[in-house]
Amino acid sequence: MNNSKQTTKAEMNEIELVIGKILRIGVIISAAIMIIGLVMFLITGNSGYAGNYHPSSFKEIFHGIVKLKSYAIMMLGIFCLILTPVLRVVVSIYSFYKEHDMLYVYITTFVLMVLIFSFFLGQ
Amino acid sequence: MIGTVILMIVIGLFAGIAGAILGLGGGIIVTPILTLACHLDIKYAIGASVIVVIATSSGSTIAYLRDEVLNLRVAMFLEIATTIGAVSGALLTGILEPKYLYILFGLLLLFSSFNMARKLMNKNKSNLSNKNDKIAQKMRLNGSYYDKAEHKQIDYKVENIPGGLSVMFGAGLASGLLGIGSGAFKVIAMDTFMKMPLKPSSATSNLMMGVTAAASATVYFFNGSILPYIAVPLALGILVGATIGSRIMQILPARWIRICFVPILLYIGISMVIKGF
Repeated sequence: MNNSKQTTKAEMNEIELVIGKILRIGVIISAAIMIIGLVMFLITGNSGYAGNYHPSSFKEIFHGIVKLKSYAIMMLGIFCLILTPVLRVVVSIYSFYKEHDMLYVYITTFVLMVLIFSFFLGQ
Repeated sequence: MIGTVILMIVIGLFAGIAGAILGLGGGIIVTPILTLACHLDIKYAIGASVIVVIATSSGSTIAYLRDEVLNLRVAMFLEIATTIGAVSGALLTGILEPKYLYILFGLLLLFSSFNMARKLMNKNKSNLSNKNDKIAQKMRLNGSYYDKAEHKQIDYKVENIPGGLSVMFGAGLASGLLGIGSGAFKVIAMDTFMKMPLKPSSATSNLMMGVTAAASATVYFFNGSILPYIAVPLALGILVGATIGSRIMQILPARWIRICFVPILLYIGISMVIKGF
């Protein structure tokens, strides 16, 4: 009993460390994209769009990034930030699988399915 | 424009520190500032606040993961209820009048703040559960963390899982409808209903808020409610603020955090009820 409790603790420590590292990379990448967009916007004083308009679809953002429009880059940074919690759920599934905790693989997969479902609702 | 950007960074820093300490998403702090002080349309304030919630959650969980305060199994297990709640809330927007939710949740917050105040009056320091809950054991939800203020490892058990799940569903519903993190309700579900200690409750609630907010954030993102020149500097300020806040929180004793929590719950509760009428 005591032995299995120790194993669970060690497993969880490993899982949490891996998730922490991946999440940190995700946050740093989205922060870097946001900073690049914000600095570009402040230096040029140009959003790349007329008036207060800002892009909000994948297509518009993609076209804006190709033309180096600062608002498009800022929106990409925001979108990456929104994805970091989703990434955390994905990585948790893998980590639980690696630790042979099938119960939590199912639980976490279900959470991911709900998130994917909500994503398509938003479109 | 530069002035607005700097102001947003400062608001973000403040909301990040306060949010991480209290286990709130920061959205509940940002929305009143943006609407009342900056006169921003509520639609855009809510859009920005969803991003704030995610930034607070992602920023502070980095620190918690390193310090192992968080309970990942509890988070994922309860996330079933919050994400379903958030999707239901997003679907319900437009059908249900939000004013009834404001009143209902305002009253629940008032009740909770009185409940917490009552606990503070009792000098009973540790509030740990001794019950061997069957569901908690089966789902392996019991945990352990190192308390920096008390300098010792604390093992804890959780109980009343159905009660916790129900409150979590309500928290998700409010999150989807109003674009908030519902951190207060998540802490209540774990702390009051499931008898989890306050520090792992706050840390776990921070992680959960990000996942719950991601569900509604895409809706706000694609319908154009997220303004880049507001949301980006806010999010950057929050990321830094949340990291600072989660450091401060671990040094503070739990009682102090509760004392901070009571008037804030009261204030949010009253303002929510007023908004409903």
